[in-house]
Amino acid sequence: MDIFLTYLKVFAVGGLVCTIGQILINKTRMTSARVLVTFLLAGALLEAVGIFKYIEDFGKAGITIPITGFGKSLAAGAIEGAKQGLYQACTGGLAAVAAGLSAAIAFGFIIALISKSKPKST
Amino acid sequence: MDKKEYGELVKQTSPKTKEGKTILCAFAIGGLICMIGQAFSDVLALLLPDFDAKKIGALTGVVMIFLGSLLTGLGVYDKIGYYAGAGSVLPITGFANSIVSPAIEYNKEGIVFGLMAKMFSIAGPVIVSGVCASVVIGIVYYVIGLFV
Repeated sequence: MDIFLTYLKVFAVGGLVCTIGQILINKTRMTSARVLVTFLLAGALLEAVGIFKYIEDFGKAGITIPITGFGKSLAAGAIEGAKQGLYQACTGGLAAVAAGLSAAIAFGFIIALISKSKPKST
Repeated sequence: MDKKEYGELVKQTSPKTKEGKTILCAFAIGGLICMIGQAFSDVLALLLPDFDAKKIGALTGVVMIFLGSLLTGLGVYDKIGYYAGAGSVLPITGFANSIVSPAIEYNKEGIVFGLMAKMFSIAGPVIVSGVCASVVIGIVYYVIGLFV
């Protein structure tokens, strides 16, 4: 029963994040690039002021799977690095997301290379 | 006049019902993708007990990015995106989709200036803003750390 509640919270928080994004798209006609940038910066900002971990404790993957989690990792890495010095403060963000970014670029390149372009039929 | 008012009323109400539907779809599919991510994270934590939470989180991101890229390559993700809107854009799978989708489209213009360059037409702004924000946050925290 506990696990059921956890997944329900993940669903609710994740759905809510996407709902806010959809409302932004509907109201302001934002392009998807702008929505992604907005939510990324929101995630980074929430982590920088220390609110993100409370949302994460409640919603788990509901807030870390959306792009807000990417922003959170960038900010968390930078904050972690800042404790060691100025050099690590500047490199910590990218170091924290190295796995995800490498995966996105490498998988993206390989899959785009072997996929055939299809006419858009929607 | 009555007809005009009615026309205004239709104009005002008809997009709203569509808006409601898009919001509901975004909620349902966005939530579902996050639940799939949570499931992968739980399974990975069971399979790799000596990995800490941070590494499990990063690995979950890698798995979701792989799935997003694969589904885009197969042409499935864009079909989901047609209904889901932000529900498919905001999760990390949508970030992968934003890389693969233009890359496939511009593949015919050559590998270097088509595929490799256009990969970042949406992901580029995301990476630039994210990295700049992290550097600023890092420097601010470093400076605060000097005085506290």
